[in-house]
Amino acid sequence: MQLFELSMLELASKLASGEVSSVEATRACLRRVAEVDGKVKAFLHVDEKGALAAAEASDARRKGGKPAGPLDGVPVGLKDIFLTEGLPTTCGSRILEGFVAPYDGTVVRLLKEAGLPIVGKLNQDEFAMGSSTEASGFFPTRNPYDLSRTPGGSSGGSAAAVAAGEVFGALGTDTGGSIRQPAALTNLVGLKPTYGRVSRYGVIAFASSLDQVGPLCRTVADAAALLQVIARHDPLDSTSAQLPSPDYLAGLEGGVAGLTLGLPREYFVEGMDQEVERAVRAAAEELRRLGAKVVDTSLPHTRYALATYYLIAPAEASSNLARYDGIRYGLRAADAKGLRELYALTRERGFGPEVKRRIMLGTYALSAGYYEAYYLKAQKVRTLIRRDFEQAFKQVDAIISPTSPVAAFKLGEKVDDPLAMYLMDVFTLPCNLAGLPGMSLPCGFTASGLPIGLQVLGRPYDEARVLRVGRAFEREHDFAKRRPPL
Amino acid sequence: MSASDFQPVIGLEVHAQLLTRSKIFCSCSTEFGAPPNHHTCPVCLGLPGVLPVLNRRVVEMAVLTGLALGCEIQRRSVWSRKNYFYPDLPKGYQITQYDQPICEQGRLLIDGEGGERAIRIRRVHMEEDAGKSVHDPVRGISLVDLNRAGVPLLEIVSEPDLRSPEEAAEYMRSLRDLLVYLGVNDGNLEEGSLRCDANVSVMPKGSAQLGTRTELKNLNSYRFLQKAIELEIARQVLVLESGGKVEQETRLFDAERGETRSMRSKEEAHDYRYFPEPDLPPLVLDEGLVEAQAKALPELPRAKLERFRTQYGLPAYDAKLLTSERPLADYFEAVAAGYRDYKKLSNWFLGELLRLLKEQPTPIAALKIGPGHFAALLSSVDRGEISAGAGKEVLAEMFRTGAAPQTVIAERGLAQVSDQSAIEALVDEVLAKNPSEAEKYRAGKRQVFGFFVGQVMKAMKGKANPQVVNELLRKKLGG
Repeated sequence: MQLFELSMLELASKLASGEVSSVEATRACLRRVAEVDGKVKAFLHVDEKGALAAAEASDARRKGGKPAGPLDGVPVGLKDIFLTEGLPTTCGSRILEGFVAPYDGTVVRLLKEAGLPIVGKLNQDEFAMGSSTEASGFFPTRNPYDLSRTPGGSSGGSAAAVAAGEVFGALGTDTGGSIRQPAALTNLVGLKPTYGRVSRYGVIAFASSLDQVGPLCRTVADAAALLQVIARHDPLDSTSAQLPSPDYLAGLEGGVAGLTLGLPREYFVEGMDQEVERAVRAAAEELRRLGAKVVDTSLPHTRYALATYYLIAPAEASSNLARYDGIRYGLRAADAKGLRELYALTRERGFGPEVKRRIMLGTYALSAGYYEAYYLKAQKVRTLIRRDFEQAFKQVDAIISPTSPVAAFKLGEKVDDPLAMYLMDVFTLPCNLAGLPGMSLPCGFTASGLPIGLQVLGRPYDEARVLRVGRAFEREHDFAKRRPPL
Repeated sequence: MSASDFQPVIGLEVHAQLLTRSKIFCSCSTEFGAPPNHHTCPVCLGLPGVLPVLNRRVVEMAVLTGLALGCEIQRRSVWSRKNYFYPDLPKGYQITQYDQPICEQGRLLIDGEGGERAIRIRRVHMEEDAGKSVHDPVRGISLVDLNRAGVPLLEIVSEPDLRSPEEAAEYMRSLRDLLVYLGVNDGNLEEGSLRCDANVSVMPKGSAQLGTRTELKNLNSYRFLQKAIELEIARQVLVLESGGKVEQETRLFDAERGETRSMRSKEEAHDYRYFPEPDLPPLVLDEGLVEAQAKALPELPRAKLERFRTQYGLPAYDAKLLTSERPLADYFEAVAAGYRDYKKLSNWFLGELLRLLKEQPTPIAALKIGPGHFAALLSSVDRGEISAGAGKEVLAEMFRTGAAPQTVIAERGLAQVSDQSAIEALVDEVLAKNPSEAEKYRAGKRQVFGFFVGQVMKAMKGKANPQVVNELLRKKLGG
């Protein structure tokens, strides 16, 4: 096994023993980027100098016997949605081309304090709006398992980079599935923590009541370790939970014996890929064999989730994206005559079609005379969806389902059909509406070798149990050991 | 119908900048007058990724104000976004309170036409201020200063209970005095720390049906407020009398041209697309905060005025002036603790002290005259140790240097001679030197008396107690 193929924790133990230095690990990443990123196109910006400087500092700490934490020296990547001081931060949008972040977001600060070198900024759908990374304002990212296919989105760059061995782990964000769906499509573990568990300060907002930061890694244990670094209360985020985080690695090997797992009947729908359904049902069977009680459960308002999401998320986005007006930073249509034209031209040129579509949807949903029928109604349905989960979690400890209804699809296949693209998130977005923790982990491959993801959903702030269920399944298989044929 | 057949109906929306040290959602300073964009940070610049964190002082001041206005304090209130594009609005929305404000249903007592009136307050809510756009016509560019962006504001909305432009101005004055009393606002209309919009309509007298209202903007002084409302009432009456209809619109007051003109019609009105601010949870007040503010509530202007009338026996005019500013009232009470002739004290305050303060504007807090010194000075005058005229001179010196009155009197040799024997000797001398004048007086030419007073005072370099001089002269001249 080559250095770049190690898991984060495997590398961490080699760093701790002195077998490998952080500079070596970082150079391995940079070499890998040079080798494969021309094909994968995961990176928007590589920070070779910064990463190596951080790696040297890490090695010095390790030598001095004072590592900053268990992951000190493990190189990672960041979705371009994270404000990273001194680095370009575009959120995948032309409107922020050339914008250099003047401050570190909270999770970036936490990563730096924990000693993790940041290799660079990773591609994404523009403003995290999309499920294939094709809506990036710059270029699409490709799936390392099949370069003609999408790695999913919107954290597609993060997923592809970790899967391709360009970084050991990455952070993404998940508003309706943007961590879990790309993780499923690239044979990774992707965790969306409970809303409020990780700070959103310094994360470019898409839909503020849904956005959450989480790790994309090769193993469940890596996800637990990376979550440990970032799951902190943050006084700079008023929606950040004032709860201590447990030791996520401590109970990881606890198994599923005695746990009740629910299979929601609404998550097995007409038109879903048969291979996906088979793999997920097999995984459920396997968990039963491992001692879990697997029961049928129902989340009756699931069918309203997509419509609800596509009112709330665009409404918040239409407001969040108002600041990109050409006045203070980012793109400005300097040739505009007058204020109105400055706004219109800047936004016309800076935003891509999917972002414009959602701004219009959201603006409409909030307009006088429509607010009650759309936004307010959607908020009420959101409450019903949350109650569905509350009811279900009275009977079950976690819910298992497919992450995505299909495996990785071809680039270009759905770009002209927004509704088909929106359906990619049908199993992931109810979890965001309810604010719950959710994880995707590898559970098999299609006949043509495309990864399939299993989704585990948990009670609020119960990430530890979600991880434990995932780990119980993971250790029975070698999916996590498989690498793409690059 | 003529103008006198119409009843004006007025409601005011007042924006008051709160006197917090830092902004409402970040830790930047609220100091006025810094270089442009000096007091800014990622949060108030609206950079990507930033989030608001509520300043607790703002909530405390809102609750204090709500209590002073007799409002119902809402234990749960909600933040909303008001969306509109403007260069000085960095996020493209203003964080404000919309359908669930922190205070509702209060009232403000004012001196209206025909006595005291209670003007109902519909709501009080918190919000952030926007920045400032500066236009440079020479270079043909506009610049944005975001020092003010994020400064906390309290918006206080009255019901349409005001019935005349004078009443509207009086409401504004009373509200200003109250806010300054509470220490939540500096009361400075010129610098824009207190701003006012007016909703104005007219209806036939006796009607129960309110007329269509217009909203007036840019009313940044009491005079402009009153003038703009007068003009708008006259305009609306003219429209109605000529058979027209008042359009619902926003109008701008132009002080130079003395008119209001249409800014935007109802059709052009913004759709602000309000929705609950997802970055801030609903504000839930703990009882402790409300109780602490109730305890911190000072005596309010009207109660103080009443007490000054009864406790110090002052006329309403004096009491009102003395209580118009809390520091002045407090200072008066501090001096009154050592000086019992309150009316005389009030005269010195409203005469001499206010004159000195006007000549050299000084906040009361920075006044150098110790209250004990002030009282001692007046007692000296009463005892005849110095003349009233010399007392004014001493007060002026105390105002400049903060010296004790006895020190100033001694240094300047202002002590008045009341000693009978010393004055008597001089009186005798003056009479002896001017026998013919004394004769004239005795013959009935009473004007000569002033001549003798002048001679004695001159001889004593003005330091003789004039009362004693008068008495002795009368006795000696025997007239």
